[in-house]
Amino acid sequence: MTINQSGWKPTSPQANEGGARATFTGNKALMLEEALIFEIGDDQTTGVDFPAGDVAGSRLGNLTRKAPIGLPGLSEPETVRHYTRLSRQNYAIDLGLFPLGSCTMKHNPRLNEKMARLPGFADVHPLQPVDTVQGALGVINELAVWLIELTGMHGVAMSPKAGAHGELCGMLCIKAALEKRGEGHRKVVLVPESAHGTNPATAAFAGFTVEDIPATAEGRVDTEALKARLGPDVAAVMITNPNTCGLFERDLKAISDAVHAAGAYVYCDGANFNAIVGRVRPGDLGVDAMHINLHKTFSTPHGGGGPGSGPTVLSEALAPFGPLPFTARMKDGHIALIEEETAGDDHPDTFGRMTAFHGQMGMFTRALTYILSHGADGLRQVAEDAVLNANYVLRSLEDTLDAPFAFSGPCMHEAIFSDEGFPEGFSTIDVAKALIDEGFHPMTMYFPLVVHGAMLVEPTETESKAALDQFIGALRSVAGRAMAGDQSLKTAPHFAPRSRLDETLAARRPKLVWKEPAGTREAAE
Amino acid sequence: MMRYLPLTDTDRREMLAVIGAGSIDDLFVDVPEAARLSGPIANLPAHASELAVERHMTKLARQNLSAGEAPFFLGCGAYRHHVPASVDHLIQRGEFLTAYTPYQPEIAQGTLQMLFEFQTQVARLLGTDVANASMYDGSTACWEAIGMARRITKRAKAILSGGLHPHYVSVAKTMAKYTGDSLETSVPALTAETDVDALIASIDDDTSCVVVQYPDILGRITDLRPLADACHAKKALLIAVVTEPVALGAIKSPGEMDADIVVGEGQSIGVGLQFGGPYVGLFGCKDKYVRQMPGRLCGETVDADGRRGFVLTLSTREQHIRREKATSNICTNSGLCALAFSIHMTLLGEAGLRRLAGINHAQACRAADRLAKVPGVRLVNDTFFNEFTLDLGQEARPLVRTLADRGVLAGVSLGRLYPGEGALENGLVVAVTETVTDEDIEALATALQEVLA
Repeated sequence: MTINQSGWKPTSPQANEGGARATFTGNKALMLEEALIFEIGDDQTTGVDFPAGDVAGSRLGNLTRKAPIGLPGLSEPETVRHYTRLSRQNYAIDLGLFPLGSCTMKHNPRLNEKMARLPGFADVHPLQPVDTVQGALGVINELAVWLIELTGMHGVAMSPKAGAHGELCGMLCIKAALEKRGEGHRKVVLVPESAHGTNPATAAFAGFTVEDIPATAEGRVDTEALKARLGPDVAAVMITNPNTCGLFERDLKAISDAVHAAGAYVYCDGANFNAIVGRVRPGDLGVDAMHINLHKTFSTPHGGGGPGSGPTVLSEALAPFGPLPFTARMKDGHIALIEEETAGDDHPDTFGRMTAFHGQMGMFTRALTYILSHGADGLRQVAEDAVLNANYVLRSLEDTLDAPFAFSGPCMHEAIFSDEGFPEGFSTIDVAKALIDEGFHPMTMYFPLVVHGAMLVEPTETESKAALDQFIGALRSVAGRAMAGDQSLKTAPHFAPRSRLDETLAARRPKLVWKEPAGTREAAE
Repeated sequence: MMRYLPLTDTDRREMLAVIGAGSIDDLFVDVPEAARLSGPIANLPAHASELAVERHMTKLARQNLSAGEAPFFLGCGAYRHHVPASVDHLIQRGEFLTAYTPYQPEIAQGTLQMLFEFQTQVARLLGTDVANASMYDGSTACWEAIGMARRITKRAKAILSGGLHPHYVSVAKTMAKYTGDSLETSVPALTAETDVDALIASIDDDTSCVVVQYPDILGRITDLRPLADACHAKKALLIAVVTEPVALGAIKSPGEMDADIVVGEGQSIGVGLQFGGPYVGLFGCKDKYVRQMPGRLCGETVDADGRRGFVLTLSTREQHIRREKATSNICTNSGLCALAFSIHMTLLGEAGLRRLAGINHAQACRAADRLAKVPGVRLVNDTFFNEFTLDLGQEARPLVRTLADRGVLAGVSLGRLYPGEGALENGLVVAVTETVTDEDIEALATALQEVLA
């Protein structure tokens, strides 16, 4: 049996439609169409050689697999070509500016990749005897020390797998601390309306009830409204600082003091830590827990959607409740791994375990490499250049696009604009899609929700002035076309591998796995 | 002064002038004075060259005994397999490595098509109708499946097999404290029989799901069909957990035996050991439950010109849209590890995976027979794929340390995984993959015989 019975051949629908610009293959020079592996592979081909030998199963308990699995194989050259072709249909930081607000798309240094691949890190098993993995535990411990110092906090839980997982870690610490105090009845978590969607999702998952706190006209938390809501039923406040409008929450210390006085805790969403690393320590602002996205501030690659890593720093009040496992450096220099076995004596209040093994070790190695490369001085420069770049974008474009909070002072690491003033029928998405044609990834669109048609631009510190100037010029040009009612924007992008995709169709009739087209098997037989 | 920062001091001055700020400090005016750090944090080192950082990291790496340096037999949820060189080359292409989540599908078709292929590969391997675009890892996928079963059945009692990886049980116990799920858990016995009969007997009208690992933590393989039937008779779901997906090249998939949700740890295929992470959680289920599934999903659609394309879809289940009503707190998937899995699986193909599974099993059979001949050693399993449990007749944990000192990484002692469970402390779980040579098996057998003598 072959899997490729669909009769696929490398032509696109337009290929045969004629016209001067059509090609036989559907390819356009370097823009190469690529079929699915199920359409080009078969069940005989393999790209891996194995020695011949006796492979008869004998201990499988009568459960030997008989039915075909349906996995297509390709030889190595075909595999390399398939994935190389696919890769070329992606935009990436390596190709250009990626100003996705709140995502901190900075350059990913290749030294990080090289270090993570040293066999001493890449080829060690999480359950090896601890004496054989002192270097790996050393990486975790050294990174933990840096994160604690940079945030001015008391401890850090290293195991959370991603930002949202780190949020959950922090909220579970808060829950455990409240229960230990006999105040498990505190159920309300206050969340500013500009918060990331993960914040309310996390609070709800941890069994809390979420209440929104409004924002002021200048894009910050309404401190008075927040203070007024504090009371004996409030467990915590979840706040993002710098916030999702790209502004520093000036009142955070005062808010923290009021929250603590009311017997609650402060969770800080650390997604935007890049703006303040080395210049402000969240611990000095009264924060009790904050996750750090290593894939944002500390340059571990986003990889097309993960893996992330979300170590969560904790205040003295919350550190005893942090999850297992963690590392501890002993007096003799030996690094101990505190797991379920030893936690009873050393860490009796832990809320439990969030994941198998020790967290995202491969990301720890990369983040530590990045941190050591920058050092304390370089990290401070990171924050300064990130903020400088964002303000440069803000001030360069505020005469072109509505910048709702520009009046109130400088922004932090991201600049926010709205679609105010666009003619009827034009919105942020049209500008964003036209930016694709200009060779840029669009900014974050329609978030935060408190700004109409929000465009959130985060250039990061790894962009040169020349790159920023080109982006500013492109955005000014595109915004000008939108203001002028240029209809061609409505069908942008025109030069991308695909034009606008029908997301409604995808959701209405989900096709989540490839299925052989009906009738092809019979036709082939 | 910093190789990753392109701005020059001239640039900075010019940009400050455009902004209308006198100095960089003017951009941080909103930070309360008391919280402003006046300079680099004391006691932390300054920036360092590539060469200096490489020296430091290499020194740390050398303090580990890596798997390639010793006969190596560890498993229990993380397995050492050979990964073809092209996998690591391809995942390091910048267009994959440095892309974001594909929220702008017109310029992310590479990632999206890959995810669609991944979902299809995973669904076929697990024997489910659909699969998602990956989870953090197997342990979190397992917990998410329990939560999904609660939403579907509107019942909150989950029965976890004693053969389920103890870390997975710990994660579920931790999370269940906050969600109101009640969990029935147990520890495995050092016997050839699994607890499948006990599981069947404990299913009642309040049971949301039974969670069973296949092969289980001791390496045993059990027919899931009777368990699935028993679950369905009580309108409960069967969740199967696969921590060694290579096994599914040799044995029936859980989906074939009518499991409703199948989750797994995909690390074995394409992703190295990496001291426990990042890994890639696999998550598949029956079609009818897809809208209760957690995590990202990629779907096929068409573009405005009628061309086939892919998008993230059904995102109304997810937290960034649904906020506090989301099906799960999970946000990120494990994209790059899913890519590694998918590339390795494409290189293997049906023929290669079956061959790989066959070699693993054959080598494990050889190792089991050889080790069972060591005086004082009893092979616990009747059935296994590439991992089995030995009863050493004495506490295994110190022996594992002694063997490590002698340069043999012998396996995982059950004492490490089940502290305080005296009945298990003599157990050693030994994994044997295609990376284990006959010489390695002989080295382990000889060393074991010497330390047991």
